[in-house]
Amino acid sequence: MNNKEYQVRLSGFGGQGIILAGIILGEAVSLYDGRFAVQFQSYGPEARGGASRAEVVISDEDIDLLELIEPDVFLALSQQAYNKYVGDANENALVIIDPDYVTEVPPSSRKVFPVPISKIAREEIGKSIVINMVALGALASVSGLVGIDALKKAVAARVPAGTEEINLKAVQAGYDNAREMV
Amino acid sequence: MNSGNNVQFLQGNEACALGAIAAGVRFFGGYPITPATEIAEVMARELPKIGGVFVQFEDEIASIGAVIGASVAGTKAMTATSGPGFSLKQENLGYAIHVQIPCVVVNVMRGGPSTGLPTLPSQSDVMQARWGTHGDHPIIALSPYSVRECFDLTVRAVNLSERFRIPVILLSDAIIGHVRERIVLPSREELTLVERKKPTVAPEDYKPFEDDGTDIPPMANLGEEYIFHITSNNYDDEGFPATNDHDIADRRIKSLYNKIERNRAEIDDVDLFMADDAEIIIVAYGSTARSARRAVMMARQEGIKAGLFRLKTIWPFPYDHLRTAAEPAKDVLLVEMNMSQLDSEIKSATHGLQTRIHGLHQSNGMLITPDQIYDRIKGLV
Repeated sequence: MNNKEYQVRLSGFGGQGIILAGIILGEAVSLYDGRFAVQFQSYGPEARGGASRAEVVISDEDIDLLELIEPDVFLALSQQAYNKYVGDANENALVIIDPDYVTEVPPSSRKVFPVPISKIAREEIGKSIVINMVALGALASVSGLVGIDALKKAVAARVPAGTEEINLKAVQAGYDNAREMV
Repeated sequence: MNSGNNVQFLQGNEACALGAIAAGVRFFGGYPITPATEIAEVMARELPKIGGVFVQFEDEIASIGAVIGASVAGTKAMTATSGPGFSLKQENLGYAIHVQIPCVVVNVMRGGPSTGLPTLPSQSDVMQARWGTHGDHPIIALSPYSVRECFDLTVRAVNLSERFRIPVILLSDAIIGHVRERIVLPSREELTLVERKKPTVAPEDYKPFEDDGTDIPPMANLGEEYIFHITSNNYDDEGFPATNDHDIADRRIKSLYNKIERNRAEIDDVDLFMADDAEIIIVAYGSTARSARRAVMMARQEGIKAGLFRLKTIWPFPYDHLRTAAEPAKDVLLVEMNMSQLDSEIKSATHGLQTRIHGLHQSNGMLITPDQIYDRIKGLV
């Protein structure tokens, strides 16, 4: 994926750490991968449990797009978020869903990657809270928009001291698992 | 946000707060309001670390009142708000303009009128920034279009306010305030900081508003050895009311205007992008200017000679700069997230020219996209 602006939308329900995942993706790309990223998020009336989204535009050049128009990559960690935010995704968009949460995906031309993100967090890592980190790893695999090393550096710099190891393990698990589907 | 690194991925609001601190702001009086709250959050966290003071007041009116008080006492001071709070601040803003108290008021614009669209962007306070407070008065208002510019123009706002003893408004918007971008923070050595002019006469000879020929009277710190009076009424050189003296009133109002109008070279600030040979000039500012820059590049790829005239200083309006840029062009397209607030300024700047004036305006809480602007450009060809 080169010479284009890639539009990425991360979504789920409030409390899953979607916004933080968006910030980390932007930091990974722009601080550790030598490319350009802008990140924005919805500041709607969403409360914990409601649909939440974060968006990142990634490019090799300066970015003047300050609003997502047509996502090229769409991640959904809840059915509500899927239903609410999938609509304007590109017809060739890469769609990453957690099949435990997103069960109804109407057929379309988009390529769907069902990655058991919450299950990996719960069973492989032993902490449901790292679901957003597993999701970032999966997104790195599926999209190729960010290097795993850059992603890990950004995660390590962002998460609370003492939690680096478990978060990095979560990123790697998401990356490895999704890689089998790519 | 990591306060140790100079390369960061920050929100515009965070960069604004860091710019204020870098410029020497050591007092922030605030009241939380979306989409400006992050500025107060950063100030609340960072100011105490460096001996500054953050106070969250009971309302917007008290917060600008305290900012004015801190500034009179000699501290660079700032507040940040959005439309509804900006409305509440207008009375004290006029006071600060009148009695010439430096301070910075950030307005991260959201959709209005009234409480309107609290989380959505707008550029509909541009005229309020100019004429929101009553009475004849000048104002300076700046508009950033990137995270880096949120930093830079906040520094500039502080500097201009200290230099000219006038409140400066930073007109940001909900998009620029919230977007995160990579920013390389300048080092202290790279920044030029301005301090207000202090009196050189003995305290007993100090007349706080006596003109020294620059229309910018030296300003002592209230509460120190220079004792003086300030009133919101029209005032004489000693700072006492002069409410029936036409000559003093005439001198005072003209002096307030002169200090800005005679220094336009320092204050005016526009950015031209591909405008040299442009047949179609887009006029834009803030987040809209980002879309406009993209639209200009799209047009150029199709061989259409478009260019961007971007306002970094909105007030005072740079009429002469726009006239010079617009004169060789066939069309000028004003793009704003409002119902066409700067239309009359554009027409005034281009009066008598052959250039045709057009507008693309939208006031529904949505950013005007590059495609929307490009479509209008194509329609003009």
